[in-house]
Formats: sequence, structure tokens, C-alpha cells
Amino acid sequence: MDFFFELPLWVQAALKGLAVIAVIFPIAGACSMAERKVSAWIQDRPGPSRAIPPWFAIIPIIGPFLQRLGAFHLLADGGKLLFKEDPLPGHVNKFYFVMAPLVAMIPALSTVAFVPFGAYVSEAKQVVPLILANVDVGLLGVFALASLGVYSLILAGWASNSKYPFLGGVRASAQLISYELSMTLSVLPVFLWINAPGQSGSLSLARVVEYQSQPGFLGGMWFVFLMPVSAFIFLVALFAETNRQPFDMPESEADLVGGFHTEYGSFKWSLFFVAEYSHMTVGSAVFALLFLGGWNPLPWVSLQTLGGWLHLTGHPVVLGILSVLIFIGKVLASIFFFMWVRWTLPRFRYDQVMRIGWKQLLPLSILNLIVYTCIIGGMEYFGHR
Amino acid sequence: MAVIQVDRKPLTFAERTYIPQILSGLKTTWKHLRSTAVTLEYPEQRPNIPPGYRGVPTLVKDPHGREKCVSCQLCEFVCPPKAIRITPGEIPPGSPNRQIEKAPQAFDIDMLRCIYCGFCQEVCPEEAIFLQNQYSMTGYTREEMVNHKDKLLELGGTLPDKHFKWEKKLHAEQEGNAH
Repeated sequence: MDFFFELPLWVQAALKGLAVIAVIFPIAGACSMAERKVSAWIQDRPGPSRAIPPWFAIIPIIGPFLQRLGAFHLLADGGKLLFKEDPLPGHVNKFYFVMAPLVAMIPALSTVAFVPFGAYVSEAKQVVPLILANVDVGLLGVFALASLGVYSLILAGWASNSKYPFLGGVRASAQLISYELSMTLSVLPVFLWINAPGQSGSLSLARVVEYQSQPGFLGGMWFVFLMPVSAFIFLVALFAETNRQPFDMPESEADLVGGFHTEYGSFKWSLFFVAEYSHMTVGSAVFALLFLGGWNPLPWVSLQTLGGWLHLTGHPVVLGILSVLIFIGKVLASIFFFMWVRWTLPRFRYDQVMRIGWKQLLPLSILNLIVYTCIIGGMEYFGHR
Repeated sequence: MAVIQVDRKPLTFAERTYIPQILSGLKTTWKHLRSTAVTLEYPEQRPNIPPGYRGVPTLVKDPHGREKCVSCQLCEFVCPPKAIRITPGEIPPGSPNRQIEKAPQAFDIDMLRCIYCGFCQEVCPEEAIFLQNQYSMTGYTREEMVNHKDKLLELGGTLPDKHFKWEKKLHAEQEGNAH
């Protein structure tokens, strides 16, 4: 431990960053596997259940169990995508064509920096969040970086120099811009609620979780109960921002062949997918932090309370790992919800997407903001806070 | 034909939000998520073949181990895609089955042509060719997809026989009463 803290600051930061990427990247990869498995279960199929390396096949119960779960198909898929031929069509703009998947990966992996993924109670009874960059811009950073993701889709669509990818890129840009507004407006009430006037404000996500772990009825209440409309708008906008069904306009296999990645193959194609799943992971994490109480195990039960019950107050490392597990559990549950919705709903038509975005979701989020502003103002005025 | 005007009712507010429909859809998929798979895992689990199934055409033997085909070539003539090719041959004198007179020298069914219509089975006067339960027929070359006589007999096996008509003919000949 001391050895780590004696390292130069940039080495520490790089190591922490690598550690987080080493978790995000496999989660994003495993999501593609989980997607296949969930789709199979929903469609009453067993799903991928064949691949197994021989040295696992000899382990009695665990080997067959992992085989049935399709765990090794992840490796098989990854290996296939790595080793198959990487086609580069003759008619594309080669520089931007190769750049697009890389541009997709950068925001997908760097948004994690602003997302706290756990906390521990220090010796001074202080809850310290585990986060790469605990800065006050927090959520703004996530939004700013995540919205850069659309450039990769536009770049891919344009560099492919063919009509379906181009249409996919155009749709992606229109959709992401439309839903970003509602998404940002839907989280404003949360930050109005936690920032009292006259004090230094913060957009830090760790602060939101801190606010949801206070004692008392209102204090321990998760924001999903306090602001269900905000949570709903955020969730819908998140589906649109991550290009998930029912909003997967940019891909839209039925009418655009493969959308923006029509011309891509093998590893470059898979990078787009890892980026999409990373966005989903980070988006789910932000949703869990804002509305589902972050690393607090249950509503009105904060991590500190749980630590007290389990007599873990003196063990910051154990409590930290527990908080990370709780948080990852919430994120995975939310990713499962994403998949569940994907295999339930058909795709919206493009005009429906635009209508929902501009004529329903945006007015609703503005109304929501006004209502909560009035409520918060009223509570301020009558001195309830 | 009478034209019936159907009123298209405007959607209710709840329907226009999509939410009730989405929730009921999620409920349906949740039910399927919890139910067991309905698919067969093919190479390990095999489907139950219903009676009357028309699989790969095969040649059968009677319970005494005699191949029943007498190479009358009716199946060859009736076969719509011309998948069957028979080379008739004579049964040599001195054979115990001499009274049958003819047997196929070669009997080829090209399974790339066969359409599994079952006409050959229907037309066969000797009940010698049957479309049985064999449903999987694969090969790497065109030659492999042609079933020759020994393969057809092997696939067909032995089926029960009620008539034993050639044995009756033999008895009749031996007892000097042809009819």
C-alpha cells in the first residue's frame, strides 16, 4: 500500500486508469456474450452452449456448467474477430475509416474517469468515494465525453463512402443531439435538490450518492422515488444515447443493412461494439449513481449502516470491495434491463424517434424541471430544508 | 362484395405514451425468460419421427433375407425428378430364388435429385422400396450423395411380409399347379 502511494502521481493515475479499463473492457466484451444468452433465454432457446477448451472439459461440475453458460464463446468470438481478415474496402477514405473505431473507443473508456464506483469509510468516519478523477464537473464531464461518441459514428458513416453507412451516421447525429437535451434537463432537478443556494455547488456524482446516504426519511430516499419522472426521462434518453433498441436507428439492420458499420469487419467492427457496450455500462453506472443510490445496498440503508451491521467499520478494504460489488451488481442489473428491453420491443420508426424526442420527451423534461424548481423553491421559502 | 367501413379509434393517452404496452411486453418476455428451452439440441437429441414420415428411400429385404426388388423399373419410370437408375439383371439358374427370374444388378438413387415424394414406394408392386425414418443425408461430393444398392439395402433393413408370394409360386411350380 505505501509503495503505491510513494509512486509518482502520474504513475499512480495511469495504474488506476489501467485497472478500471481492465474491468470495463471485459465487462463490455462479456455483455456481447450476455446479450446472446439473454436473447436465447427470452426466445426459449438454450443459446451458445458448445465451446469449451479441453482442459476445462475435464473439471467435473464447473466445466460443463461454464460450457452451458456459454462462457467460452466469449473467448471464441474474440479470437475469431482478432484473427479473421480485416477488410478495408477500396472505396473508403482510409484514414478516417481506420480512425472511426479508435475515436469510438476513446470516449467510451475515458468517461469512466468521472464515475465513482465504490466508497470506503476512512478512519475519520468519512466516506471516501473510489473514483479516478473526483472533480466537481463530474456529470458534465461524463456528458461532454459521452457525446463525443457520436463523432465516431458520423466519421464511420462518412468515411465508408456508401449510402447506408452515411444514412446511419446522419441518423446517429440527429438522434444523439435530440436526446441529449432531454437527458441533461432531466438530471437538473437532482442537482438543484442537492445544491443549496449560497454554498459552493457541485456536479460531482459522488456528492449525489452522499446525499442519498443520509439518515432520515428524505435523506435516505433514492432519487428514483423522489423524482420518478426524471429517472424515466433519463432512462429513455439513455436508451437513445447508447443506440439501444427501441432506438437503434443508426444500425437499424432492417432498413440500413448494418447502418454506420456496414462496411466494417472483424476487429474494427468489434471495437464499435465494445464501445457501445462501454457506453451502456457507463450510462447504467451514472443511472445507478443518480437515481439508484450508487453503492448503498438498499433505500434507507446506507453503506455505513450496512458496515455497522456487519461490523466492518474498521476494515476499509473489505467495506470498499463490498461497495464496489454492490455497485457493479446494480450496473449489471441495469444492463440486463437494457437487454431485456431490446429483446422485447421492436424498433421505432425514424419519425417516431424524432417525435418522441422533440415533442414528448423534451416538453416533459422542461415541465419536470419547472415543477421541481417550484417545489424546491417552496421548500426553501417555507424553511423545510 | 360489401365494403365494411372499420372505424379506426384514436389511441388513448395511455396508448400514446407506449408505456402500458411496453410493460405488458416486458411481462411476456419475462415469462419466456423463466420457461425452459423448447428447442432440440440436435446431434445429441433426436426428433421423434411421426408414423408415415417420408425419409430417404431405401430397399428392404423380406424376413427370409431375400431382397424384394425384382427390377421391374416401375419406380424408375414414375420417379418425377428421374433420381432412380436401375440396371436389371437375371437371377442365375441354380439359385434358390430362380423362380423370381430378375433382380437388380445395380440400383442407384441420386439423393441430390430425389424430392422425397414417395411415388416409388406407392408404385412398387413388390413392396420393396420404402421411404423410412432416415432424415439426415450428407456427403462431401456428388458421388457420395448417390446411394448404391448395398447402401440402400443396408439403410432399408428387413420389414415384415404378409404374402411371401414368390414362395407360393415356387410351391405351386413344385406341386404342378400353376394356378
